[in-house]
Amino acid sequence: MAARRAAGPAMAVGLSALAFALLDASGQAFWQGLVINLLIFIILTVSLNLTSGFTGVFSLGQIGFMALGAYASAILTLPLREKAAFLPDLPSWLAGVHLDWSVGPLPVGFLVATLIAGGLVSVIAWPVGRVLMRLSGHFVAVATLGFLVIVRVILFNADGFTRGSRTFSNVTQYTNLWWAGLWALVVVYVVWRIKRSTYGREMLAQREDRVAAQAIGIRVMEPRLLAFVVGAFFAGVAGSLYAHFITSFSPTVFYFDLTFRVITMLVVGGMGSVSGSIVGAVAIVALGEALRRVEDATLLYGLSSIVLAAMFLVVITVRRGGLLGEREIPLDRLFLRRDRTADQSP
Amino acid sequence: MERGAAEPVRDHVDAGTGSAADPAAAPLLDVRGLSRSFRGLRALVDYELRLPPLAIHGVIGPNGAGKTTLFNMLSGFLRPTSGSMTFDSRDITRTPAWQVSRLGIRRTFQNVRLFGELPVLDNVKVAMQRGTSRSLAGTLIASAGFRRHERELNDAALELLALFGLADRRDQLARNLSYGDQRRLEIARAVGTGARILLLDEPNAGMNPIETHELLQLIRRLRDEMGITVVLVAHDIPLVMNLCDRIQVLNHGRLIAEGDPAAVRDDPEVIAAYLGRAHRA
Repeated sequence: MAARRAAGPAMAVGLSALAFALLDASGQAFWQGLVINLLIFIILTVSLNLTSGFTGVFSLGQIGFMALGAYASAILTLPLREKAAFLPDLPSWLAGVHLDWSVGPLPVGFLVATLIAGGLVSVIAWPVGRVLMRLSGHFVAVATLGFLVIVRVILFNADGFTRGSRTFSNVTQYTNLWWAGLWALVVVYVVWRIKRSTYGREMLAQREDRVAAQAIGIRVMEPRLLAFVVGAFFAGVAGSLYAHFITSFSPTVFYFDLTFRVITMLVVGGMGSVSGSIVGAVAIVALGEALRRVEDATLLYGLSSIVLAAMFLVVITVRRGGLLGEREIPLDRLFLRRDRTADQSP
Repeated sequence: MERGAAEPVRDHVDAGTGSAADPAAAPLLDVRGLSRSFRGLRALVDYELRLPPLAIHGVIGPNGAGKTTLFNMLSGFLRPTSGSMTFDSRDITRTPAWQVSRLGIRRTFQNVRLFGELPVLDNVKVAMQRGTSRSLAGTLIASAGFRRHERELNDAALELLALFGLADRRDQLARNLSYGDQRRLEIARAVGTGARILLLDEPNAGMNPIETHELLQLIRRLRDEMGITVVLVAHDIPLVMNLCDRIQVLNHGRLIAEGDPAAVRDDPEVIAAYLGRAHRA
């Protein structure tokens, strides 16, 4: 039974791996970059779904956590010579750090830097969440937006760590299809597990009715904070992947534009649905790419932003649940016989 | 274990009166001088309650008498202006709602509050998972312990749904249930695991006479089989008279009568304040 349930997801993972291998071997740098970009967006959207879709607490601060993860991880892996040149004011305990260890071809240093970045972001998210998760509705959106602005101001002004408004460059390009794919898999797995656990049910219950949730013994802060901190961890991971993919960036990247893009993916896919987030990310990245070509051909630059915004408006007015709503694509039922659907074991 | 504590009381009852509750026993819930004002409006004044274990206690009164205010305070959603509440010799006057619920005082709401977008089964599961030990790591790797807990939780939830006649609705979204089913699901969710006192706010509102009759039997079963003490607020006088072994009457935030159904029915002040009005209407 369990094996049959695992067969569908395993096949999806296997097919993705096969596609990655083919793409990897093809040497098509453009398409590889597009898919890595997509995978990073999947990580961001699925983790935002945990934070916002499951709990109903609409957070606009996700990209702030991504930014912190990007800078933290990039500082940790920056070669010492570049560090001395670009970040001369780095405190001594950081100035000598260069996580370039590798085991064979595997850049373990990058993995460690990514984990540290995610962990650091979680540690920051905890007190932030303690304060912001008390709020609900519009208030929390405004407050998390405030957090995004604060992160941006800090990144611009902490020149010693970030070079301020100047571009942070010469980051080693570690991120490839496999890293991005692996992390996307981890995020999807973790969030899906949480959704079908005691933790996830508490998140959904307090989203549906905060008062009723308290009446059955749920302390609303607990599931919200968990979702916020775990979501922040993966946003930090996405930041690290992004930093080691794009290799040079500045604080301006991590702002409204990116926030809006991820929220559009979440809303179009369906808040509360993990597979919906993946579908949403794929749809928006594909649409963005197609529109970019139309823009190039017609010189109607800005078209993609307008279409994206229009799509967002259409979804929230006409089909608020997005493409999938709360539902999941039932991959785990793919190889189950129909008469066995009564089974409820996780 | 709650049941174990209630056992001696029931033995005593079987030997004695017809009423299950023993007024001489130490009260399970002891409320003294409970008052609440909203900007000068005295919603509840000096409310008193000694609730014996295994009672089915009714609170009636006209609209605006303070019944919902009372429930909100008993369940921890509203702080009293003054007075004290003691549950099982533990002071709960300032205990927050989620903690009151974990202690075993559970409530339903006048306007049913379900987790509408969740399946019926999950509505109950989320209320029953409180006692199960859990760890995030165990959950993420789907450890043997996690799977066992989920299985047990599932079985327990299905059993509870069966008791409430909702087992065949388990996969429906709660918001798609009929009104009567929604009410019953809300009570099932409140029972969850480890309920010791159920506070039912208008449990039969919107139910037809047959459903109401079934509900009445169900409430008795909860008391008799699960050892749950019940406090209920209702407009339906026959239901309260039928079901409760003790009744309090509230009017304008004050207790105007208290006693067994027969005594309350004949109380002139009650007739004037409440039943009398109902007769004229």
